[in-house]
Amino acid sequence: MNSASTHFVPTSRVGIYEPLHQFGMWGETFKNNIGNGGSMNTPNHILIPNNQKLDNTNLSEDTSHGTPHMFDQEASTSRHPDKIQRRLAQNREAARKSRLRKKAYVQQLETSRLKLIQLEQELDRARQQGFYVGNGIDTSSLGFSETMNPGIAAFEMEYGHWIEEQNKQICELRTVLHGHVTDVELRSQVENAMKHYFELFRMKSAAAKADVFFVMSGMWRTSAERFFLWIGGFRPSDLLKVLLPHFDVMTDQQVLDVCNLRQSCQQAEDALSQGMEKLQHTLAECVARGGLGEGNYIPQVNSAMERLEALVSFVNQADHLRHETLQQMHRILTTRQAARGLLALGEYFQRLRALSSSWATRHREPT
Amino acid sequence: MDKVMRMSSEKGVVIFTKSSCCLSYAVQVLFQDLGVSPKIHEIDKDPECREIEKALLRLGCSKPIPAVFIGGKLVGSTNEVMSMHLSSSLVPLVKPYLC
Repeated sequence: MNSASTHFVPTSRVGIYEPLHQFGMWGETFKNNIGNGGSMNTPNHILIPNNQKLDNTNLSEDTSHGTPHMFDQEASTSRHPDKIQRRLAQNREAARKSRLRKKAYVQQLETSRLKLIQLEQELDRARQQGFYVGNGIDTSSLGFSETMNPGIAAFEMEYGHWIEEQNKQICELRTVLHGHVTDVELRSQVENAMKHYFELFRMKSAAAKADVFFVMSGMWRTSAERFFLWIGGFRPSDLLKVLLPHFDVMTDQQVLDVCNLRQSCQQAEDALSQGMEKLQHTLAECVARGGLGEGNYIPQVNSAMERLEALVSFVNQADHLRHETLQQMHRILTTRQAARGLLALGEYFQRLRALSSSWATRHREPT
Repeated sequence: MDKVMRMSSEKGVVIFTKSSCCLSYAVQVLFQDLGVSPKIHEIDKDPECREIEKALLRLGCSKPIPAVFIGGKLVGSTNEVMSMHLSSSLVPLVKPYLC
């Protein structure tokens, strides 16, 4: 008993113990407790000190000996050590599983987060490159609204691949021109590059059938490229302007041929431009025809629609002009000159695309 | 078709068009640019429009409108005219018919 009572004697640091540790005064203190509004239900209240005043070591010393609860545990430990051990092991296992689950969940979150960032970047890149990323982007289905033309969606995808292939070919041309290759090898590179452009015109023709306004708008190109847009693509005469400075030595015949080509190209372009202007005039007339407020636009719509069909022919004709210009340059130039010209042309458009990116990024910088 | 053959030889350069066709207009502009004053037949104003179109296609024109005849011979439609011009073979053809 004595030892027990001494166990109950706290250090002088613990103020709260002082009125309570005397066994003799147990009844009084109990009453005092009630009087002080203390809790009667937890015998621990009397014995477990105020946390803030104790340091941990004291606490453990005191409670390990003082708490009746602990006494019970001590008793049961001595009686069922393996039960305790099993319970502890189960706890450890549960804790471990919980940690693993948490880790897996966090990893999933991380991956999803990275994926989201990646998608956002791709979307940004696509926007910068001027891809037609529909204004009504549905957040539930990332990408294109259901009303989007499948022909156009296919075209955009194809165009993305076309650009990739184009960049590859430009690299190859650069390497090949810096090295010493046979004319035969060079010729096959040139043929491939030409075919690649012709492939683009074929793609555009299909896209024009699907949605001519889309092709005409140049939304599938980057912003800087769009600045130079003429009937859904580059001007053939611009093409010649880009190419010509890159030819070192030209024969007299070549000079004459190129001169003729430039002139005829310009004339053909002018003719098509004037045709387009007439189309605009007639369409405007068609739409404006009839009294105002008549409400019934149906007859005009039909003839207006007929006019719009002509746009497809114009886009096709413009591409035909581009095709022929490339073809003629190929005829006039030597293989090596053609290779150099195609490299120059490819790089020119690459630079325009890079310029578009720079411009877009410039705008996004905080002011 | 006799009518077509007759019409196509009326002048050095003859173009069959439709008043609503702007691509035909572009071809017209091109020839004018080259210094030629072509004879224009707007077949949509002709009662036999359908037959003329068929005849032009039968003659081998890729598209009935515009159909270009030089010296009474069919040259073709827009594509052919543009290709010829870029390969510098159109100008020599129209040379005899310059104004």
